[in-house]
Amino acid sequence: MSKSLYAKRKSGRAFDEVRPLRAEVGVVPSADGSAIFESGTTHAIAVVRGPRTLHPQHMQNPRAGILRVSYGMMPFSVEDRIRPGPSRRSEEISKVTEWALSCVVDLSEFPNTVVDVFIQIPQADAGTRVAGINAAAMALAHAGIPMKEMVSAIGVGKLDKTLVVDLDKHEDSEYKDGEGSTDIPMAFTSRSGRICLLQLDGKISIDEFKEVVKMGREACKKVLEVQSSALKGIGSKEKKRGKK
Amino acid sequence: MGESIMPNLQRERIVEYLNSGKRIDGRALDEFREIVIERGISKNAESSVSVKIGKTEVFAGVKMAVMEPYPDSKNEGTFMTTVELHPMASNSFDSGKPGIDAVELARVVDRGIRESGFIDLKKLCIKEGEKVWQVFLDIVAINDDGNLMDACGLAALVVLGDAKLPVYDEEEKKVKYELSKTAVPLNKEALSFNITFHKIGESIIIDASSEEEAISDYRLSVAVGEGNGKARITSLQKGKAGAISDDDMERILKLVEDNFSSMLPKIRKYVFG
Repeated sequence: MSKSLYAKRKSGRAFDEVRPLRAEVGVVPSADGSAIFESGTTHAIAVVRGPRTLHPQHMQNPRAGILRVSYGMMPFSVEDRIRPGPSRRSEEISKVTEWALSCVVDLSEFPNTVVDVFIQIPQADAGTRVAGINAAAMALAHAGIPMKEMVSAIGVGKLDKTLVVDLDKHEDSEYKDGEGSTDIPMAFTSRSGRICLLQLDGKISIDEFKEVVKMGREACKKVLEVQSSALKGIGSKEKKRGKK
Repeated sequence: MGESIMPNLQRERIVEYLNSGKRIDGRALDEFREIVIERGISKNAESSVSVKIGKTEVFAGVKMAVMEPYPDSKNEGTFMTTVELHPMASNSFDSGKPGIDAVELARVVDRGIRESGFIDLKKLCIKEGEKVWQVFLDIVAINDDGNLMDACGLAALVVLGDAKLPVYDEEEKKVKYELSKTAVPLNKEALSFNITFHKIGESIIIDASSEEEAISDYRLSVAVGEGNGKARITSLQKGKAGAISDDDMERILKLVEDNFSSMLPKIRKYVFG
């Protein structure tokens, strides 16, 4: 097999190295729960409102509350301004995020209600959906919503033949050499270790994909550490590399 | 800004306090909450800022593009303001297309900037009749605890004060996403800022909290700048169903004059450093 063209990351990170992570809860005082999760210069804010009565009434579930997720990017979060309001992309991301979080949330005690999760991206540098999931899981915990376990998410990618974690914008959308860039956002449940989000765009062999899952699982341990320590009120442990 | 349900007891308590010249959070009637400004919250924007007034917080960002000018102003750049009252910011905001509150906020902020002549739109012309800069000012509510109007107004001033033009590549006819050293051309002298008043019971207050907004009769937003060394009004917007008496109007105008001279240097410092 020929060597991969992507021998060194432009950012200088190791292939299995996540960007500097930072997390904080309680950033939106009027909400029931809120959190910010940052991976490098990708920032996500998540807000939880509820459980509250669900309207219209015909959507209510008498057996359990429902989780409703809305993801969006702020108009100035990327180089080319985004028009405010939902898009096909944001609606899909909202839905896969909702599914990822529904795996762990237990709303059986709150029939006929909705728990709203709002995710907003003020600054984007790839990996916004996984940052959003990380923030949302924290905001749910912060709001005291019953959860069976935590959810942590990461993007793993293949650049030519090299597997890397936590792609930045250059790696995600600008890298075109060799086999190009394949992006695989994934999320894991903290205790049972199950995959609750999985998407892939590109080309990858079965063996490579197995390795991707392994790398994603490892990286999510670091994500979970940062989430947990913020929720304990200790603050973020990971600091910028090289900075003491 | 949405109508919220408040127990009568709390309403009575707020009015009672105001009648004795105090507010429930300990402020004077014409006192702003603490203002905190953080710049550079979004690196892909031409400029960005978070403005907090007490617990109320908004993010604002400027993005720029190149467009063909409108036929009626061939040598002027264009300017557009949006405000998103995202449901993350308050239980009373809904998803979906912007409601009347968001539309009103965006229009009042837009008018305040436009009519005061704060942005020198003529200097945003690249080639007359062909190419002009388009300024997008987007504001997103993060947390609503009242007075989004003044928060949005201040955020607009600060973020425009910081904005630099991106580099425009004439050959490729494309905006390059690196910033030039050229600031968005502003008429600094034209700066005008917003003070929003609410009438509750017999009292007129500045910088109302959500609780206070919910029970007020009317609000009046006054944008005020400097003209001949004195306060000069550049835009007005009355909101809600209550009506302003002659006496109230005089009281408000006096409050504008009283607060103008102390606020102007502070606002200038926020905006220009």
